[in-house]
Amino acid sequence: MRALRAVTARRRARSHGRAHAGATPGDVLFQSLSAAAAFGLLLLLALVTLILLLGAGPSIQTFGFSFFTGAVWNPPAHPPEVYGAVPFVYGTLVTAGLALLLGVPVSLGIAIFLSELAPPWLRVPLTYVIELLAAIPSVVFGLWGVFVLAPVMRDSVEPAVQSVFGFLPIFSGTPVGTDVFTAGVILAIMIIPTISAISREAFLAVPQTQREAALAIGATHWETTRMAVLTYARSGILGAVILGLGRAVSETMAVTMLIGNRNAIFGSLFDQGQTIASWIANNFTEAGPLETSALIELGLVLMLVAVLVTVVARLFLTRVLRVLEVTE
Amino acid sequence: MKLRFDRAARRIWKDRAMSTAALACVVVALVPLGSILFTAASQGIQSLNPGFFTSAVPPPCGSASTETCTPGGVGNAIEGTLVLVGLASLVAMPVGVLAGIYLSEYGNNRLGRGVRFFVDVMLQIPSIVVGIFAYTLIFELGRAGWTDPRSVFSTLTGVLALATIMVPIIARTSEEALKLVPNATREAALALGLPKHRVITGVVLGSARSGLVTGALLGVARVSGETAPLIMTAFGSPYFFQGLNQPIAAMPLVIYTFGLSPYPNWQHLAWGAAFVLVLMMLGISVVSRLALRGRFSLAEVAR
Amino acid sequence: MNVKMQTQHLSAWYGSKKAIEDVTMDIEEHAVTAIIGPSGCGKSTLIRCLDRMHEILPKTRVEGKVLLDGEDIYEQPAVAVRRKVGMVFQKPNPFPTMTIYDNVAAGLKLGGIRDPDELDGRVIRSLKQAVLWDEVQDGTGKSGMSLSGGQQQRLCIARALAVEPEVLLMDEPCSALDPIATAKIEDLIFDLKKDYTVVIVTHNMQQAARVADWTAFMYLGKLIEFGRTRELFEHPREELTEKYITGRFG
Repeated sequence: MRALRAVTARRRARSHGRAHAGATPGDVLFQSLSAAAAFGLLLLLALVTLILLLGAGPSIQTFGFSFFTGAVWNPPAHPPEVYGAVPFVYGTLVTAGLALLLGVPVSLGIAIFLSELAPPWLRVPLTYVIELLAAIPSVVFGLWGVFVLAPVMRDSVEPAVQSVFGFLPIFSGTPVGTDVFTAGVILAIMIIPTISAISREAFLAVPQTQREAALAIGATHWETTRMAVLTYARSGILGAVILGLGRAVSETMAVTMLIGNRNAIFGSLFDQGQTIASWIANNFTEAGPLETSALIELGLVLMLVAVLVTVVARLFLTRVLRVLEVTE
Repeated sequence: MKLRFDRAARRIWKDRAMSTAALACVVVALVPLGSILFTAASQGIQSLNPGFFTSAVPPPCGSASTETCTPGGVGNAIEGTLVLVGLASLVAMPVGVLAGIYLSEYGNNRLGRGVRFFVDVMLQIPSIVVGIFAYTLIFELGRAGWTDPRSVFSTLTGVLALATIMVPIIARTSEEALKLVPNATREAALALGLPKHRVITGVVLGSARSGLVTGALLGVARVSGETAPLIMTAFGSPYFFQGLNQPIAAMPLVIYTFGLSPYPNWQHLAWGAAFVLVLMMLGISVVSRLALRGRFSLAEVAR
Repeated sequence: MNVKMQTQHLSAWYGSKKAIEDVTMDIEEHAVTAIIGPSGCGKSTLIRCLDRMHEILPKTRVEGKVLLDGEDIYEQPAVAVRRKVGMVFQKPNPFPTMTIYDNVAAGLKLGGIRDPDELDGRVIRSLKQAVLWDEVQDGTGKSGMSLSGGQQQRLCIARALAVEPEVLLMDEPCSALDPIATAKIEDLIFDLKKDYTVVIVTHNMQQAARVADWTAFMYLGKLIEFGRTRELFEHPREELTEKYITGRFG
């Protein structure tokens, strides 16, 4: 306690030193006010965590770790009440993985085009247009997905995939359009602006001298991109991909509207499934007390994953920035 | 020698192939964007009539229905979104801008970096989790007897959720906007003998005006489209605003529930609402782009 | 004089700004040609036209001819030209994510050389030619960035030499280096002309006088005088050249 007080006193002394000589009472008041707002935000974050823990309490107490190993979701109507998270964690991982698999190459292609290939007059407007994708609300993606994407998937894309890869169990079953595969596709579209924008930033940060080095040993444009740009920007790309993963994991509405919402561990991508977020969205308002608690625990898991993923991504991205500062 | 030539030809071929592939990636991204805009416009525009903006949502009207269909509109949802976003902004903007001031003007130290980190963490909380938080907070307060337990699904809970999402956005965009104000401006004002808080409120905030407005607009855009956190808070309602402790309608909720409904009249309204929402988002996006561009050139001139 | 390269009425633009104008000069095989002149005189632009690096920047344009062994390089694929005409830049620019070995091997791998023994042999030979081998032979697996500035520049020279170009262009290769590292590179340039044709841009007249057989003096985008280095420095024909080399402007 004494130590704590000493630290606070020191901090106070230091902040006084910073607030230049002759700080008026108005200065002190204003600084306190803005500091109160900033620390109010931290309190809010703490409150969010606390409230979620409180709400998840009954579920944590009742099921303990078996919540993460159980695959059954028995609401009060089908006693005994048991809740397990496995199918949702699985669904989240599969859809997010699929989204990355489809979205990352496209995003990198876009970033390469925007920073390396497009004629200069086209770069800025095209960048804006791609970023418009990020401005469209998730629920509109969902609506479009239901009315436009799902029928196309059901009638053209999925049968085509099946005719080539149908021997694989993950592409078995009757394509219905609203399924795990379509959810992965819509997620891929939704993470494209995130990943392509950050990758593009990383590419633009590659010094021109690196490109010249590759060109001067007779590299083609693509070889230059691969040798000088992609490798130089690799941690930036990694950070971008992880941020995209974070977005895919937390995305709710579009997936809820397209994934079919069935609580089962699916074997085929053409099956219906669910993610953590879609399951919460679908069941929260109709759940019994213990079920609500279990859903809150799911939400807590989702938050931890999303935050953790982003912190990791930022580590990569700040390291990029630091490397850049050193080499520039 | 022939082998060499083949290799050179292959390298050039591969170069062209990869360039084409990169271009194809752009097209792949533009197709859904174009399709969304086109579908929203073509489907949505038919529902746009004066009643669309003024009437409450109609009852479902299927082919089996024997009643005459009332056209209805999403007026109550538009009102609901205005109420929810307006109230959330009322709370989030002052707090967010103040926090942004702290980060930019007082936060250039370890403490400030720590605060910034946690604000960034807040930005990453999935919005549906914020909805759960708002619901649970009001629910627990109700259980403790502090609020009416029946008002868990209410305007107030919805505002709580949206404001929680909005505050960190406003804080970070304000910080960035303030940081773009050149230090010379601060120093010039300080040199006039103004106290630091007058420098900030009088000079720095003024110089960062367009950036601050842009940040606020982006925050509004973001929460106006939020759906997931409203499901368990604002809940949706077929009526116009009934009171802060009552459920309230919202545009995104209408899109969600009507879009998934089997009734054509509801689906049309969903598209109409989607069209309006998308137009608003695109408008804000374009306006903020223009504002940002203006600000950058201003910053360059000042330097 | 055995002409390896030749520019004919060469002009180059950045957007609407003319950077060099109507430059016609010969470059002798197995000799060092220096291009000198005050900043902004177009000497870097000129050398970048010799391996078609000028055109990689947006809104640039070149007119006239650059002949390599009598053939216009602007009528050949740029990629092929750059393998015959290597280039070393002002600031050392090794690939930071690659090892020393991989930096040197980068161009070879592009050329389709996969055989480890052949790669080894050519990497070592290039490092030796760049007089870097003795300093790095125990650690070619280390990052190229672990080297000092002068060593990095010699690594870049080794990287350029590995693809066995016929001409080596050097754009102020010593401007980022200390005097000791500079001396090493100058010695190296002297040795290189046995096997290569070297063109070097420098803002340092003493350096030109030390290493070059031929010297070109440029001013405001024009080639003012071109001749044997000794002659140009001792008996300049043009008044501008004399003013420049006696330090009266620039």
